[in-house]
Amino acid sequence: MSEVPIELGFASTHEWAKQDEEGLIVVGISDHAQDALGDIVYVEMPEVGQQILAGEEAGVVESVKAASDIYSPVSGTVEEVNERLDDSPETVNQDPYGDGWFFKLRANDDRELDELLDADAYKELCESEED
Amino acid sequence: MPYIPHTQSDVESMLETIGVDSVDELFDEIPAGLAEEQPGSLSAGLPELDMLQSMQERASLDEGNICFAGAGCYDHHIPAAVWDIASRGEFMTAYTPYQAEASQGTLQLIYEYQSMMTQLMGMDVSNASVYDGASGLAEAILMAVRSNKTNKSGTVLYAESLNPDYLSVVETIVSSQGIQLEAMAIGEHGTVEIADSSQPEPAAVVIQQPNFFGRLELVDEITNWAHSCGALVIAVVNPTSLGILKAPGFWGDNGVDIACGDGQPLGVPMSSGGPSFGFICCKSKYVRQIPGRVVGRTEDLDGRVGYTLTLQAREQHIRRGKATSNICTNQGLLVTAGTIYMSLMGFQGLKETAIKSHQNCNYLHSRLLQITGVEAMFGGPFFHEFAIRLPIKSADLVDAMADQGILAGVSFTKFDIWRDKYPNALLVAVTEKRTKAEMDKYVDVFTRVLAG
Amino acid sequence: MELTKKGSSTIFDLGTFERRAHAQRVEHIEEDSIADLPQDLLRNDVPALPEVSELQAVRHYTNLSKKNFSIDGQFYPLGSCTMKYNPRAAHRAASLPGFLNRHPHAPEKVSQGFLGCLYDLQNILKELTGMKGVSLAPMAGAQGEFAGVSMIRAYHEANGDAERREIIVPSAAHGTNPATAVMCGYEVTEVGVGADGDVDVEELKSKVGPQTAGLMMTNPSTCGVFERQITQIADIVHGVGGLLYYDGANLNAILGKVKPGAMGFDVLHMNLHKTFATPHGGGGPGSGPVGVSDRLLPFLPIPIVEKNEAKDEGDWYSWASAENTRQSIGKLSAFSGNSGILLRALAYALLLGEQGMNRVGEFATLNANYLAARLSQSGFELAYPDRRATHEFIITFAKEAKELNVSAMDIAKRLLDYGVHAPTTYFPLMVPECFLIEPTETEDKSELDGFVDAMKAIREEMLNDRDLVCTAPHTLPVRRLDDVKAARELDLSWSAPS
Repeated sequence: MSEVPIELGFASTHEWAKQDEEGLIVVGISDHAQDALGDIVYVEMPEVGQQILAGEEAGVVESVKAASDIYSPVSGTVEEVNERLDDSPETVNQDPYGDGWFFKLRANDDRELDELLDADAYKELCESEED
Repeated sequence: MPYIPHTQSDVESMLETIGVDSVDELFDEIPAGLAEEQPGSLSAGLPELDMLQSMQERASLDEGNICFAGAGCYDHHIPAAVWDIASRGEFMTAYTPYQAEASQGTLQLIYEYQSMMTQLMGMDVSNASVYDGASGLAEAILMAVRSNKTNKSGTVLYAESLNPDYLSVVETIVSSQGIQLEAMAIGEHGTVEIADSSQPEPAAVVIQQPNFFGRLELVDEITNWAHSCGALVIAVVNPTSLGILKAPGFWGDNGVDIACGDGQPLGVPMSSGGPSFGFICCKSKYVRQIPGRVVGRTEDLDGRVGYTLTLQAREQHIRRGKATSNICTNQGLLVTAGTIYMSLMGFQGLKETAIKSHQNCNYLHSRLLQITGVEAMFGGPFFHEFAIRLPIKSADLVDAMADQGILAGVSFTKFDIWRDKYPNALLVAVTEKRTKAEMDKYVDVFTRVLAG
Repeated sequence: MELTKKGSSTIFDLGTFERRAHAQRVEHIEEDSIADLPQDLLRNDVPALPEVSELQAVRHYTNLSKKNFSIDGQFYPLGSCTMKYNPRAAHRAASLPGFLNRHPHAPEKVSQGFLGCLYDLQNILKELTGMKGVSLAPMAGAQGEFAGVSMIRAYHEANGDAERREIIVPSAAHGTNPATAVMCGYEVTEVGVGADGDVDVEELKSKVGPQTAGLMMTNPSTCGVFERQITQIADIVHGVGGLLYYDGANLNAILGKVKPGAMGFDVLHMNLHKTFATPHGGGGPGSGPVGVSDRLLPFLPIPIVEKNEAKDEGDWYSWASAENTRQSIGKLSAFSGNSGILLRALAYALLLGEQGMNRVGEFATLNANYLAARLSQSGFELAYPDRRATHEFIITFAKEAKELNVSAMDIAKRLLDYGVHAPTTYFPLMVPECFLIEPTETEDKSELDGFVDAMKAIREEMLNDRDLVCTAPHTLPVRRLDDVKAARELDLSWSAPS
């Protein structure tokens, strides 16, 4: 069963989000998602300064067998993107919740974080999708 | 039945294994009433000999014209080995190389093709082909609009000196995707002028070199101007011309963003204009937006070099509705011919072909201009093709010369946008294949037709 | 590593400075021929094209060809691709000098041969599909689909019907279908396929409405079974004013048995490189002519050939005029599509004739059902065991994947060692670990039996020597290739060693 850290919020589209020490919202994809995709070969990120709404496409993650859109779990302005993924996209497979983060947003409204699924709810979602 | 090998005893044995009494039973899921009962109206099947005789009768009606026509399809010499090798069953009857280990021949060939095209174009990346130059331009436009991150206007400027057949195809293909096409007018010299462009800034600019009239555009200035407006530049080029003309990767200060065109001059017979192949090359930053297949070099389990289709996640069979294009089958066999052609000719051969074509063109051009009533349509340098104005309708001249075994050129009346403006204009192309005797005969017949 | 270098020299590696194929030189070039061209427009770099002798080039590409599987060399049961024998007579016919050397803009008076051929092919295709009009313009199936969906769009626009924004596609459809719909400015909505392989008609009823422009599907479907409720489906879509599009990829199953026109389809495309045996060429060229019912006739892509019977000297063929094609969706290629392929298709049709065409569907179906029966009797699992196979059928290895941890891909790769090109794998997407197998009618019984033997042998290996299967192939020029490396470290063109 894939890892599901309890401190994160999850979108039903398999992205996770959390608030960091600077108050920015960090976004990535779940362990379940990276496993389903297989070896990741490329990540297309949003532009710094780009404004995204919750649920909007924020980028693309590409493996050999699929290219999946990433949707932003919350609304905000992109402050930073993880440049390490340009040269080492496999980081997403190796450490999806840590070094494999995708981008950081300055959120429009922090409360949107609360609307995300908690770890248990996300685990349930994954289990139901597996059937 | 031709190509169906079953004997009666085969059929009986197979039906028994399946557990039915007749082949008809295998169709019992088809609702009654849908199945075809009445005999159709096709004729009886022919043995190979008879079919070939019938086709030969037809082919004979179209034979024996010395070709001075261009407009996107050219009569160049094709080395004998090109189709001998390309017609090998292992190339001709193989399929798309999805099982890479069983297709290393095709895959390595495509990799070599991609390499040759990037070199010829002066660009970073090439795909494995699209259908033809015209549809390739449409794909290039869609690609440029997708790739332009800062300009989302969907406006694309094209030179009015673009091949009208290409424009027509582009209009058909991009019209339902919110793209506005606007023309940059040509001046009296038959080339595009950018000085007075007051259009909204475009997402992309399309420029053909040599242009449809054979004239040479100021590609450096246009490329730099387009880049200064934040537009991507798409070059439409004739690969033979790159034997002597500057490659699009070197236009302006930064080179163009996408180069495309038709590969027919590279070892593909004219065959009424198809099949040929379209090529698309681009700068490396756009590689994930390029439509169609791409072959990459990699390694196998033992570290041996091998080739495989890559970046497939962008294509229709995986990305489906969000694919870079719907293209699936492309023009593999023609790419095979083109690659073998380029290997046999090398750059030196391409250069010589280009120079000789230009030399012949100049010879015929100067002889024709000595005839009373014949004028050059545009002043200025041209390459391998030129436009002249006649004292009579060009379509009539072409018809009359065809009676004498010469295809004199392409009348401008073939194209909607030029038909009314230039009814007496003729586009003439001369390649390295034309001999002095053929060109002199052209002048002879031409003169007599004009005389009455 | 020595082995690596030798086995894989590219044409560039074989070259040497200033070597060339001398027989291809062009002579009588004058020194100052290009002095009239502006210097700043001339090339001043030397691109790295091959520098080899003619023998080197011939040997290199001959040897490359030997690394390929092909119909000529191997049984090639790729589902949905119809890998039937490519008759050499068709290639010869299309290569007759009168056809091969014709310039696309040659005047009609010296083109009656070519135009006559196209006219005849238009009629043959109309007859075979039961449609009212045909255009030979699209250059492959995907372009045919584009033309078809564009015509649907043009039809609705001409009717002032601007609300129709959706195209419905079965979930099992080939990727070109939704990709094409989007290219034409539509949104795509999917309808599910039931456990029996048929489209879920109840779900379809809930999905159609005033927003429906049309439904794209194929019959037999991508599941390899006949869509039994096709008449009902047609009624449902037509009932809301939508049009029905037929993807002709599987036409080989029903050629001579059922006509798409009779099934209620308004527009279709054919794949001549499948059904009409034109060569696959390592990935093309194809050809995707479209056929239409009466109401879409005005929108057909151009050019189209007409026949004028009024002239005293017999038949006269010409390109349809601008007035007659005013509402056409337009041109799809610079000239008249993949003309040489059209000639091959005509030659094939002439060789087969009425009877031959009618037999295609019969024998393609016989071969598929025989193979399905033998495989099933040998213990393999059919995805739709209660259905008749059409020209193709699906086996699933879901059980083997679970119990033995062997995937469909592993089995496919091991088949290559047995000298058989693997069937289509992992398509349609909804059947796990599947093979879509299409033998075609040109294969004889012994070839089919040989395939069954190979599959049985591999199943033994799966049980006793799993590793052999999972690391296959072992006997080909390369072993399994690293796809991930190919996508992560893009190496798409040769560069000189530094």
